[in-house]
Amino acid sequence: MIQPGGPYAETPGPGAEPDLIVDSVTGVDLSLPIAGPGARSYAFIIDWHIRAVLFIAWFVVAALIYNGRWSLSTPADPSGTWFGFVLLPGAAIYFLYHVVLEILMRGQTPGKRMAGVRLVTRDGAAPAVPAYLIRNVFRLIDSFPLFYGVGLITTLVTRNHVRIGDMAAGTLLIYDRADESLLQHVSGTAIGSRLDASTAELINDLLQRWDALDVNVRSRLARTLLERFGGKPEALLAAQDAELRALLADLARGASP
Amino acid sequence: MTEALRERALRTSLLQRADAWKSAADRARRLMYGRTENVADATRLVDDYRLLAHDLARARRLMPDSRARSFLEAAYAQAHGTLHKPVAHPGYALWSLFRDQVPDAMRWLRPHLLWVTLLFVVAVLVGGWLVHTYPELIGLFASPELITTVERGELWTEGLLNVVPSSVLSLQILTNNVVVSLFAYCAGFLFGLGTFYIVGLNGLMLGAIFAFTAQHGLDGGLFRFIVAHGCVELSVMVISGAAGAAVGEALIRPTTHGRAQSFQIAALRTSKVIIACVVLLIGCGFIEGYISPNPDFPLWTRLIVGFGYWLFMVALLRGWLFGRSRSTVAIEA
Repeated sequence: MIQPGGPYAETPGPGAEPDLIVDSVTGVDLSLPIAGPGARSYAFIIDWHIRAVLFIAWFVVAALIYNGRWSLSTPADPSGTWFGFVLLPGAAIYFLYHVVLEILMRGQTPGKRMAGVRLVTRDGAAPAVPAYLIRNVFRLIDSFPLFYGVGLITTLVTRNHVRIGDMAAGTLLIYDRADESLLQHVSGTAIGSRLDASTAELINDLLQRWDALDVNVRSRLARTLLERFGGKPEALLAAQDAELRALLADLARGASP
Repeated sequence: MTEALRERALRTSLLQRADAWKSAADRARRLMYGRTENVADATRLVDDYRLLAHDLARARRLMPDSRARSFLEAAYAQAHGTLHKPVAHPGYALWSLFRDQVPDAMRWLRPHLLWVTLLFVVAVLVGGWLVHTYPELIGLFASPELITTVERGELWTEGLLNVVPSSVLSLQILTNNVVVSLFAYCAGFLFGLGTFYIVGLNGLMLGAIFAFTAQHGLDGGLFRFIVAHGCVELSVMVISGAAGAAVGEALIRPTTHGRAQSFQIAALRTSKVIIACVVLLIGCGFIEGYISPNPDFPLWTRLIVGFGYWLFMVALLRGWLFGRSRSTVAIEA
């Protein structure tokens, strides 16, 4: 089942990416955010550069070893060793990159990991090996006529943003947002004793966004929060930015400011 | 107690479990990428899954726009993925693939195999008839260099090893064959039409070139060149085409499932046959690089190699090489 913006989103806007809703044995549905063409393209471009660099690196090293001198040129009469040692492993790196890494990294490649996406089946599980193989074989069609034209169009027009290889393999790409930092500054022991849930969330939010906020804004917010929990206004006023941050982190851990 | 106070207390009690969520997410991630022999570790994951589901349901109601809910959504998805990840037994999976899954898929492909074989044979005959009747049509099927060579009374395969070493030839041929075979399969996505064109065109070319060489008395030499690798190579081409046709048919006439799901089932089922085809093409590349162009091999040797490799192909595709017999009950992998 696909729902725009997810069924649990407060305001699912019309432009929001859809969520894949999966039944679970616990009775609580899984809501998996489907990655759109943007995230896919981003991951692909990173992967393309990585495999191009790997291919070139292999070619350069192997060609230098083969030639035995400072030259990358193809021999006038190339032997089987040239193909077997220089070209074949390079081609294998380039063409088997996706399938091998997706199997080893359980639905991810370095590019997908950097883009924060991973492959799953339509029931939210990790795909099996045949699914990885089939989605990569169908790159032959998806890459037509140039620059993954067919694949790009199908990801734009299909509901789940899938290319033909994904349709064949029954896979889709979801955002992998298992980010430890989301609750980095929330400590279960501090909540209830000193902080309520809303304040704990607020402190966590402020600490997470600390570097992105203007220094005056974050200092003012930090002082207001610390004062509510017994911080002395004059001491807080004298405190520097880094000090305020440390005090706030202590508060989140359950210490007194 | 007021409603607001109650909700606040519930939110606070929920967030007090943040440390448990973090360790649950840690465990799920660790077990997704690694293995554990520890039963307690695996059991804890099941408990974590229930805990995360329970708390997520509460977080969706009590704090829908919070970071805690985002964390729980992600951790729950991670735990679900880890619990439902396929068991990895590469040795068994490979054995099961060749013993049961490939033969089962081949049995399922029988009608497609019959029709694609018929298409290929008809295309060969039509190609042969066309060039036999209208010799100038060879220009549609062969390159000018090939035509000139044959008209000189030579086969383009003669002296091939003087130009390219066997190992290079093997690799080039292997790559080309695998790409053609995969294309014949993938092109089935175009409702089977792509497969139809690729198989038909290859058949036409084969028939046309045989007819053309026959006109110059070179057909015996061409047969001599082809027979060692061609038996399996052409069979694999037809099998790939049949797999592509099955995928195309799933789109044209979906089964009880929807069109997309029918396509997916057909693609996953036939992919096992394609793996076997790629394995067979590696052998073909080797034969075509080392045996076919080498004039030292007499015809009888080539016939034995060609027919022997074809029997090997039958044994592989029927699972006999991996201990399957007629009485074997298929194992669902």
